[in-house]
Amino acid sequence: MAVLDQPGAETLPHLVASPPGTGGEASPLPDRVLMKGNEAIAEAAIAAGCDAYFGYPITPQAELLEWMARRMPEEGRTYVQAESELGAINMALGAAAVGARVLVSSSSPGISLMAEAMSYMAGSRLPMVLVNVMRGGPGLGSIGAAQGDYLQATKGHGHGDYRVPVLAPSSIAEAIELVGDAFVLAERYRTPVILLADGILGQAMEPVKPDFRSVERLPAPDWVLEGAAGRDPRAIKSLDLRPEDLERHNLVLQAVYAEITAREQRWAGESLDGAEVVVVAYGTAARIARTAVERAREGGLRAGLFRPITLWPFPAQALRDAARDARAVLSVEMSAGQMVEDVRLSIEGAVPVYHHGRMGGMVPTPDEVVDAMRRAWSTSDGGAS
Amino acid sequence: MSATREAGGIGTGGPGTGGAKTEGRVVYRRPQLLSNPTSYCPGCGHGIVHRLVAEVLEELDLGGRTILVGSVGCSVFAYDYLRLDALESPHGRAAAVATGVKRVRPDRIVFTYQGDGDLAAIGTAEIVHAAARGERFTTIFVNNGIYGMTGGQMAPTTLPGQKTSSSLKGRDVGTTGYPLPVTEMLSLLPGVQYAARVSVADPGHVGKARQAIKRAFEVQIEEKGFSIVEVLSTCPVGWNMTPSQAMERLATEVTAAYPVGTFVDRSRGIAPALPQPGGPHRSITEGF
Repeated sequence: MAVLDQPGAETLPHLVASPPGTGGEASPLPDRVLMKGNEAIAEAAIAAGCDAYFGYPITPQAELLEWMARRMPEEGRTYVQAESELGAINMALGAAAVGARVLVSSSSPGISLMAEAMSYMAGSRLPMVLVNVMRGGPGLGSIGAAQGDYLQATKGHGHGDYRVPVLAPSSIAEAIELVGDAFVLAERYRTPVILLADGILGQAMEPVKPDFRSVERLPAPDWVLEGAAGRDPRAIKSLDLRPEDLERHNLVLQAVYAEITAREQRWAGESLDGAEVVVVAYGTAARIARTAVERAREGGLRAGLFRPITLWPFPAQALRDAARDARAVLSVEMSAGQMVEDVRLSIEGAVPVYHHGRMGGMVPTPDEVVDAMRRAWSTSDGGAS
Repeated sequence: MSATREAGGIGTGGPGTGGAKTEGRVVYRRPQLLSNPTSYCPGCGHGIVHRLVAEVLEELDLGGRTILVGSVGCSVFAYDYLRLDALESPHGRAAAVATGVKRVRPDRIVFTYQGDGDLAAIGTAEIVHAAARGERFTTIFVNNGIYGMTGGQMAPTTLPGQKTSSSLKGRDVGTTGYPLPVTEMLSLLPGVQYAARVSVADPGHVGKARQAIKRAFEVQIEEKGFSIVEVLSTCPVGWNMTPSQAMERLATEVTAAYPVGTFVDRSRGIAPALPQPGGPHRSITEGF
């Protein structure tokens, strides 16, 4: 929580050059502007001080690339539309190595292509923020919103023993906030960070405050490449053929991950006091789950919502505490059941855990979630506690 | 490697001889940008190419502001041998990595150092598009026609009939296709400001290779586009030859298949003749 709770020291509002709907005349700033999620994430990154953006067109994140194509040159910053997602992520690797604050965005199939370089960047300890606007899968799948990349984002992605922080906004306003947090985490811990959105968050429009936050720069790090004039050369790499040395490097990485796990878990809870059924959901599924919880409570079922904001590190202890007196826990996802594995690991068998999910771009309705909550409640005996 | 340079002896006229009246002429000094002895096999060309790069960067006084973008293959440890800031790339991705570096730091000298397995197979998309965009960095492309580090397998650059550990009866063009003439292909792209193919087969060719590498870095300083030098080199172990046999094959068979020379130097008016409207090629209407 420490890092995420500290806003940048210089929180001067960043003025949007031409907020949508204001015809380019930005003064006086309206209290709210209507922004598409993809565009809001892009502008938030610019406000946060993103020096370089690399991307490749893919639905449903293409507006993010288009926004950057216009805005980054306006700001005199680096923008390249790459030949592929492989190209984009490796350009990011190069830019990060020379000290740039880098953003890359894509959607599920493109993210798969980026797995290799993410592993290299984790191994080389290079900071970067990667936005995944998830779509239906597997394979080419659909362009509808889905959450089938949870395991990819939180458990593996590329090869080797590494993790990256994964931030999951459930509104466009929260996405804007988390973009800044993602850059803070990336640079504080020298790691790639994933912002895990979905097609609805990317495509929907919501009112947002157009004063996006800036992110303070750390003092120039001592690992950045700039040419070795007047000092010994530096090498940024992940290769180490001596097992003893590579294990030592891995232990350093693991220590970083342990620190992130200890300090950076983030979540939100609603109506959890006395909840008999705790619904766990993130992103767009959490928006639906919130409505479902309200309807269930209107119908007399004491339900609550636990919403992880960091999917890695997963807020396990907080969920365990929230569910201590519950009769059932229900994971609601736009997937076949991926986060539910972390929910079960967190609950450690103390309470029955159920899952309700839709796939392929289908979105659960609040009523079907309410039904799932009722089934979870009635299947669990509740007498144990 | 040049005989004349070696004949001069190390230290002639170098530091420490000052004050003496002897007006020694420096004919060879080991570049300070070279550090450790390399771990390359006897007869491998990488050591020569490393030295040439070091000499050129030193001559142009660029070492302190140069960033090396490495690749995967035998030259993966180039950062251990060249005293430069250096960055590792995933296999084949060096041209994309270098794009990111150079776009953010256009004031730095950036070059990739890639083998033919890395550049001409897994990295074709990255090198073609970096060249097409006219990225302002330099690529040193060392082509020995084989995957050396993994045990001498066939590469896209392997010559027809050449035996490798994955083409035991010799490369069969009927099933594995033909060698990829990367530098000729890239020469067609307007974003390519300089392209040359050289060889390290003998002292004369090494001297020309040095000139080409120097010109490539000069072109980068001119900031007009992409520059590439393909260096034909050897892999005695992968070729199942002695070092001298390998150099002999390089000088004859390999150079015959891959002609050396300057293909593009646009600011000096050297560019391939592309089909032009009204040119000698047949139009579609004529052709059908």
